[in-house]
Amino acid sequence: MYKIDRNLIVNTIKEMIMETTRTLGSEVIKSLESAFGNEKNNIAKNVLSKIIENQRIAKEENIPLCQDTGVCVCFIEIGRNLIFDYDLTEAINEGVSVGYTEGFLRKSVVKHPLNRINTKDNTPAVIHYDFIPGNKMIIHLAPKGGGSENMSTLKMLTPADGREGIINFVLETIENAGGKPCPPLIVGIGIGGNFEHVTYLAKKAIFRPIDDNAKIDEDRLLEVELLERINKLNVGPMGLGGNTTALAVKVNSAACHIASLPVAVNLQCHSARKKEVTLIGKEA
Amino acid sequence: MEKKLNTPIDDLTRESLTIGDEVLISGTIYTARDAAHKNLVEALDTSQKLPFELEGQIVYYVGPTPARPGKAIGSCGPTSSYRMDKFSPKLMAKGLKVMIGKGERSNELVAEVKKHKAVYLMAIGGIGALLSKTVKSSEVIAYSELGAEAIRKLTVENFPAIVAIDSKGNTIF
Repeated sequence: MYKIDRNLIVNTIKEMIMETTRTLGSEVIKSLESAFGNEKNNIAKNVLSKIIENQRIAKEENIPLCQDTGVCVCFIEIGRNLIFDYDLTEAINEGVSVGYTEGFLRKSVVKHPLNRINTKDNTPAVIHYDFIPGNKMIIHLAPKGGGSENMSTLKMLTPADGREGIINFVLETIENAGGKPCPPLIVGIGIGGNFEHVTYLAKKAIFRPIDDNAKIDEDRLLEVELLERINKLNVGPMGLGGNTTALAVKVNSAACHIASLPVAVNLQCHSARKKEVTLIGKEA
Repeated sequence: MEKKLNTPIDDLTRESLTIGDEVLISGTIYTARDAAHKNLVEALDTSQKLPFELEGQIVYYVGPTPARPGKAIGSCGPTSSYRMDKFSPKLMAKGLKVMIGKGERSNELVAEVKKHKAVYLMAIGGIGALLSKTVKSSEVIAYSELGAEAIRKLTVENFPAIVAIDSKGNTIF
């Protein structure tokens, strides 16, 4: 059996939060720069250049990229040979609390949707667990902003709606959202599963690398067609027009009921902050 | 070419703004987002005194990150404006003339902007680090219990925005 020290978890989460809120991944910067090069609309070009300049300032001056430092979302893959003699969820939330407090980050979580009382340390995080072989633990973390999350959608289509139904629903979501989710977007799409699983698939999709293509043919072809059609909607950066509405489209699918065709669209703003860290368990 | 605007912005200058104009604002602006708007409207509904005089003022929809020691403010980009659509007409009726936020607003709100000859300016979302450099001072003046959502009086210098709804009711979207 193998163990991972509790303090290591707390510190890793803290460091991941501090880093992701201030630095954009190099692959996202590359994608924004290439969009700037391909964009014809002058306002859109101006917005893209400011977004690129912003990430440089954030890094140099050690200040968050965006004031919405989000709700912390984690996908945790746990090696089957690991044992935990402490509460892992509690350790992750301790890391969140320290990270948001010491990192001068905004606390954007309220205790109850109706009483709206701020928890003052940005806890709790939204955490999903899964198992993998071996003795490692892989942490995928993203501080997810509220603006793009608010514009995300779910629809239970029927099998007769088919592929065209999915495409129409995605395009409708992005057109209706306009500038509100802070485009250019990364569009995470879940298809199949059931009511709750499809949203999980969509969220997981935005964690995929920006240049990664789906392995399943149907999903990959959807990604290609949707990216092209989304970028013809003329929503553009911040909704002011242009051909840069999405930087990437990611489709994740799962088996589903004979009666169902669930579709979920999770939008990620241009401040696409995320990171992955692997911790190795020590023999216990 | 950007138009330089100093606060308070007079009627003539404000009414001459047209959609698509790029402006640089210098002077005093007040921050307020969801919870502060709810408080302001409740105060108006119950005839209480407001924490600041709305007449001719500018409200910026933002909830900044905490300032590091020695800095005026943290990251401070705009939040989505549509969530304030329910509250803004009451504030405009009390003299609010300029709103700064991001994204589209409802048709009803556009009609209200026209009615009050107000303007809605859009700042670019997600560039809070860049925008923080235009903020020279920040002071919480009300609702400090709301944390990031408290009302702050900001002094800005060349804060960049784009005219998204003008006083004639034209919109950029």
